[in-house]
Formats: sequence, structure tokens, C-alpha cells
Amino acid sequence: MKSYEILGQKDTRSGFGAGLHEAGKRNSDVVALCADLTGSLMMDAFKDEFPERFIQAGIAEANMIGVSAGLATGGKIPFAGTFANFATGRVYDQIRQSVAYSHKNVKICASHAGLTLGEDGATHQILEDLGLMKMLPGMVVINPCDYNQTKAATMAIAEYDGPCYLRFGRPKWPVFIPEDMPFEIGKALMLNEGKDVTIFATGHMVWKAIEAGHILAERGIDAEVVNIHTIKPLDRDAIVASAKKTGCVVTAEEHQMNGGLGDSIAQLLSRELPTPMEFVAVNDSFGESGTPDQLLEKYGLTSAAIVAAAERAMSRKA
Amino acid sequence: METLNTASAMATMATQIRRDVLRMVHAVSSGHPGGSLGCVDYFTALHFHFMKHQAQPFTMSGRGEDVFFLSNGHISPVYYSTLARSGYFPVPELATFRKLNTRLQGHPATHEHLPGIRVATGSLGQGLSVAAGLALQKKIDKDPHTVWVVTGDGELQEGQIWEAVMFAAHRKLDNMIVAVDFNQKQIDGSTGDVMGLTEWTSKFLAFGWEVLEMDGNNWDEIMTVVPQAQSKLGAGKPIVIIMKTEMGQGVDFMMGTHAWHGKAPNDEQLAKALAQLPETEHKDY
Repeated sequence: MKSYEILGQKDTRSGFGAGLHEAGKRNSDVVALCADLTGSLMMDAFKDEFPERFIQAGIAEANMIGVSAGLATGGKIPFAGTFANFATGRVYDQIRQSVAYSHKNVKICASHAGLTLGEDGATHQILEDLGLMKMLPGMVVINPCDYNQTKAATMAIAEYDGPCYLRFGRPKWPVFIPEDMPFEIGKALMLNEGKDVTIFATGHMVWKAIEAGHILAERGIDAEVVNIHTIKPLDRDAIVASAKKTGCVVTAEEHQMNGGLGDSIAQLLSRELPTPMEFVAVNDSFGESGTPDQLLEKYGLTSAAIVAAAERAMSRKA
Repeated sequence: METLNTASAMATMATQIRRDVLRMVHAVSSGHPGGSLGCVDYFTALHFHFMKHQAQPFTMSGRGEDVFFLSNGHISPVYYSTLARSGYFPVPELATFRKLNTRLQGHPATHEHLPGIRVATGSLGQGLSVAAGLALQKKIDKDPHTVWVVTGDGELQEGQIWEAVMFAAHRKLDNMIVAVDFNQKQIDGSTGDVMGLTEWTSKFLAFGWEVLEMDGNNWDEIMTVVPQAQSKLGAGKPIVIIMKTEMGQGVDFMMGTHAWHGKAPNDEQLAKALAQLPETEHKDY
């Protein structure tokens, strides 16, 4: 199992803030909107340097999505930011009609996604957002794994013409993706080539998958670890090729099992290459208050859970 | 594109558009004739007289021209007929309204690339926000043109409308003229019965808007009040016209009731309605 040096501990939302600032420098059509969470989304650098391109939308997310669609109609590239819960579930119909169906070049930027939001509890811990967004025709859905990848993804979606959903989080998390690695939308990132089992992971769970890979290696299991940062469009070729090589699959995500990454991969493999699969995800449950680590432990989103899932998947191989 | 300069020329076009509306909904036994008929005069006045816009080639961004948004997308028949008659797409295409593979979807959409449509509307309350976004883009890019919007009065029951009303005032979007189609009717009955709608002028004033009132089926008022609204552009406030209209205007048995909000006439009713609106020099499609 390949070792990754931890380059630092940073929150992915700061990666978004840095990427937005950089995208704003590169393209004067980039504008940013926020619904009263500018500091939480680390949008201050953009706001300070480009005040005329920063739009405070107030606590009115539905209008923020509509205004973003209008700005995009006029040729701007709006990045609309708020907590993931308010960026998706609260404004689903606005995104559906004014953005996705109308194919507007709007970037929905969703912070504090998943259980790792922590103490605020289940009202704010959305675990359904990837499913909601991936169901929308034409929507690109991205869930990067660390600060550097989030920064690069933010800059990449500014260059892409079409609606995108970018999901990131609150806690400080190991940074291990090289700072200069370009982000390719829809392209799986191979983190460790293996032959016994494939772990497809997204978001914060990618680091847990790397940890699981080391534990498995100690037990003599050669795990392939693949970062699926783009849930839609899915990298079909990479996923099918890896499943073919290892013969069994584990998915890991900070999301409901229903509607998430595992669901997308299961659908693909059931059609292309039926493969034993195990899912590390939240199983039809809301979250609750607690520290991120406590919540990940309680809801089974740990490296140990990935290891157990890998062993189960391997035991089901023909 | 044809520009009409007199109220009588516009009234003739409006009669033709009313015929289009009735024939379109009749052909597919569905659609929304009531509100469409009530708004024909205003749509005609905007697209053939007041708006500075370019039908060909249509550009999505609307940079360098006036832009129109229909927030209550269900009155698509009047929108489609006005767009076709003002040169955005061929008039005969009106015959495809609501039929499979049409660009004229039941509610307006960009998905099939119909020239003139800049965002999908139909789920109510969203178009005003989109219009505010485009008005803001014009401000940022120093484009001096106007964003025109029509909303329904029942549509004002949507919470998002008031988010947009608040936003437009806060951002001083004084390049928007919004007409509320104040016909006081919605699907389930009168707006007053469904959800008591009163004091519109003072509501908009309280939100910091410039407010005008107009009879949207009276050409003298349209030709007087719309220029008054335009004279208030650039003065720091978004502008709303509370536009009183009659649902079903032009067809006697469709007026004074909400029954024709979303119901198409049958063969006999169509003949009776068209007899009240003789074909004009612009000809039926």
C-alpha cells in the first residue's frame, strides 16, 4: 500500500475559498453569492478583493439560486454558496427548474456537508444531497477529498460551462493530494493499485480508505484504492476496469447509502459487470449532535468499517 | 422586427394574438387561456412598442437589449404568440404548442432552444428572482437596458417572490419594471377567497419599490402609464405596475370568472369566441 505524506490539516471549505479567490482572479466573469454564511464558507478573500462581484443574498436561499440563474443568463459565472442542506434540499425546485432544466452555468457550492458538520446536529447534517443532485439531468456532482483537491475542483468548475454541484465540509482533514495536481472532472484518481479488492471512496472518506488500505496490507490483502471525486459523470471505464481486476468492491462515502456513490456504482456494475459489493455509508438514518469523530464512529464511517467491508466483499468472490 | 406605433395598430395585433391563444389551447384541449387573454394587450405593447429588443438573431445573454421574463409561465400561449408575431420564430410553429417534440412546451423552457425564452418558468415564484439576477448583471456590466417582468397575482403567494422583492430593493435594481397581472383570480377561485390578497401598493411601497397602477386592458392607460414607469428608471428603486386585467378579456363568456384559468374551449366554444375576435390583416397561422 502506497504511503501518502500528510501535508497538513485543513478544512475543505478553505480549499473552496482559496479556489474561488483564484478563479475570480483568472476570470472577471466569476461572481460569488452567499446566504449570510460568508465566513463559514471562507469566501472573505474573494469578497475583499472583488467587492463588486460579491453578492450578499441574505437568508433567502431560493432567491439566491434564482438570482444566480439570472446572472448566468447574462454571461456571468456565479458560485452560490451556503450550507449543503440549504444549498440542495431547501432549494431543490429552484435548482431543478431555474438551473438544471434551464441549463444555467451556475455552481452550487455546498459546505458543512455530512456528519462531520458535528455539533449542530441533524437539522444541518445533510446526507441526501449527492442523491438529490445526481438525479438532475445534466448536473455535474463533485465531492473532493481534501483541501488541495477542493481548491483545484473549484477552479476546474469555473472553466466548465454548465451546472455543477460542489460538496465540501467543515472539519480540518488530512491534506495529501499534491498542491499542483490538476482536477479533471469525471476522471477517477487511482491512489493505490491492488489486486484483491477495490475501495471506491469520495470526500472525507478517501482518507479513511487509505488508512483502511494500510490495515488490509498488514493482513496480507492488496487493496486498490480509487478516489471517485466526481459522482456524476461517473468514470465508467475506470470503475469497471478496477472491478474486473479485483473482483470485489467496497464504496465509502459520508452520505446515505440510498442515492449516494455506492448506489451509482452498483447500478453501473450490475449492468456491466455484476460484482460482489459492500457499502460503507449511513444506513437510512439521520445524524445527531456530537464531534465529527464520535459521529463517524457511531454511524460506521471509519477505516475499521471499510476493512470489515473489504473482508466481507472478498469472502463473496466466486 | 415589426414595431407598432399607434394604439390602434397594437389593438389589431392584440386581436390576432387573442385568436392565436384560443386556437392554440383548443387544438390540444389544454393550456391556460384566461390569464393569457387578460395579458395580451400588455404583451403586445411591450414587444411591439416599448421594448428595445432584437428577435433575430436571438441571444441568450440579452446583452445590449431589453429583456423580458414571464414568471407565471402558465400563460405561455400569449407569450409564444407574441414572440412569434414579433419575429422570434416562425408563426406557423404555434400549431405545435404542447405537442410531442415541440419547442413550445406547456410551460416555457429553454431546453428545446425556443428563441425568446431565457429560463424555464412554470413552478411559480422563480422567474422574478432570475430577472433580478439578470438586472444585477446589467448593472455590473453597465448595460443601460431594461428588464421587464410579468408575474401573476396569485403567484405573489409564493414566499420566494418576497425574497426577490426584498433583494431587488436592497440592490437598487432600478432597471426592472415588473407588472403584476392583477386579475384577482386563480385556479381555485378569487385570490381574495384563496389567500386574502390586499393592499398591494402599500406592500410594495413598504419594501422600497416605486409603485404604479394601471388598467392593463385599456390602451390609453397602457400608453400613459408605461412611459411613466420608464421615467422612473435609474432612480434607485425597482418599479412595479399593479396591472388590473380581466381574465378572459375579449371573449364575453370567459370574462368575470376563474373557470377559464386552465381550461380550453371545445369546438363550439371556440367558434363562439373567435366570432367576437375577427381575423386581422396579420392572418391566422
